[in-house]
Amino acid sequence: MKKKEVPQDKSNLESANFRELCYAVDDNGEYTTAHSTGWDPKKIALDNAIEEINARIADAKNRVIKGETSPIEYYMELHKMDVGILASYVGFWQWKVKRHFKPSIFKKLSDKTLNKYAEAFEISIEELQNISK
Amino acid sequence: MEIDFTHHQSAHCENGVVSNLMKHNGFSVSEPMVFGIGSGLLFCYIPLLKVNHAPVITYRALPGHIFKKFAKRTGVKMKREKFKNPKEAKARLDENLEKNNPVGLQVGVYNLVYFPDEYRFHFNAHNMVVYGKEGNRYLISDPVMEDVTSLSEKELEKVRFAKGAFSPKGHMYYPISFPEKLELETAIVKGIKDTCKAMLAPVSFVGVKGIHKIAGLIRKWPKKKGVKTANHYLGQVVRMQEEIGTGGGGFRYIYAAFLQEAGKLLGNEKLIELSKEMTEIGDLWRDFALEASRIYKNRSAQTDSYNKVADQLDHIANLEKVFFKKLKKAI
Repeated sequence: MKKKEVPQDKSNLESANFRELCYAVDDNGEYTTAHSTGWDPKKIALDNAIEEINARIADAKNRVIKGETSPIEYYMELHKMDVGILASYVGFWQWKVKRHFKPSIFKKLSDKTLNKYAEAFEISIEELQNISK
Repeated sequence: MEIDFTHHQSAHCENGVVSNLMKHNGFSVSEPMVFGIGSGLLFCYIPLLKVNHAPVITYRALPGHIFKKFAKRTGVKMKREKFKNPKEAKARLDENLEKNNPVGLQVGVYNLVYFPDEYRFHFNAHNMVVYGKEGNRYLISDPVMEDVTSLSEKELEKVRFAKGAFSPKGHMYYPISFPEKLELETAIVKGIKDTCKAMLAPVSFVGVKGIHKIAGLIRKWPKKKGVKTANHYLGQVVRMQEEIGTGGGGFRYIYAAFLQEAGKLLGNEKLIELSKEMTEIGDLWRDFALEASRIYKNRSAQTDSYNKVADQLDHIANLEKVFFKKLKKAI
């Protein structure tokens, strides 16, 4: 990549006011660094990934409302986690976390268990129990 | 309390921390030099592991490896500590800062408040330097950022004790002793040999073979996984290759910069020539990313277009095979 070809497209980096460093060659063929504000192929990939996450969040929310899953799954998606990551934050086995997705099991969880989830998501137990809040 | 520490922005966090800590201790070592000596370049498809519900490819060595190899090959001694208890981790950090010793930390990205939201994923192999403390805020030199920043005690604890794959467990590291003179020459040769070995490894998911493997998977994705998932997977491949930290072209440009610098240092013309070749290969990786982005932008799913990008990867793999064989002979 030539230094003058280092892309300066719009990207999500703008919001944090930073540019990333790229390596490129100058006119004499010497390697140097140059700042890039972004590159469209990356922005599209990232935007798609975010869209995918948002779709997962919306889907989980729907299923909570329909009573098909517990709010834990919704908050897990909201925090871009998967079962493995959530399990390591709360210190349970993955099968146990999955079990807590069942609304009937979720209703019976102790405050101690609920608190672990609430802490992982940085919310109160009330917010954990009621996603519309 | 602020240690007199100069922040230099780098493309990649791990190289950047090493380079900045070396410079702080009076050894001028560039980011590409750290990357090359530490055998940072790689291609590896990690079977079974999924991140963001998509397969994982890495274009670089495992977290911490660049650092470890660089230190070993240059004769720098490193102290590394991990902690179970966050309080102990904080106390050890404070102790070092009191002694005017800036330290490297491994952290998780998800709770790094100064990162744009869109970039905050559960990725635990980010690196930064802490170079002081003012009140209850730690002074942070994050190598991928243009300028220094700061984090509160609580914020820093969160990122040091992030959970999930490669959880940092408070991981802190810093150089404790240096050789009288850095013997870069021998270190460069070792670094290059190691990289050639990895890239030409006879393992189906590593190096050149790994690139062919991914090309093969890409051909199958649209039929096997459906358009939506195939596009999601392809997007992740591009993100791993180009997102913050790679310096462009899946680290190929940084590596080319290393070969150029190494060629001059060793007086080896062949390395300088090979640097040019690596740049051209980097350009082909960029072309692949561009072509792939057209697929997921249009949400098209003609098997043809997937085959086309897979062909590009196969072509790159063939070139890299020849390239690393030549590189092995050049030193």
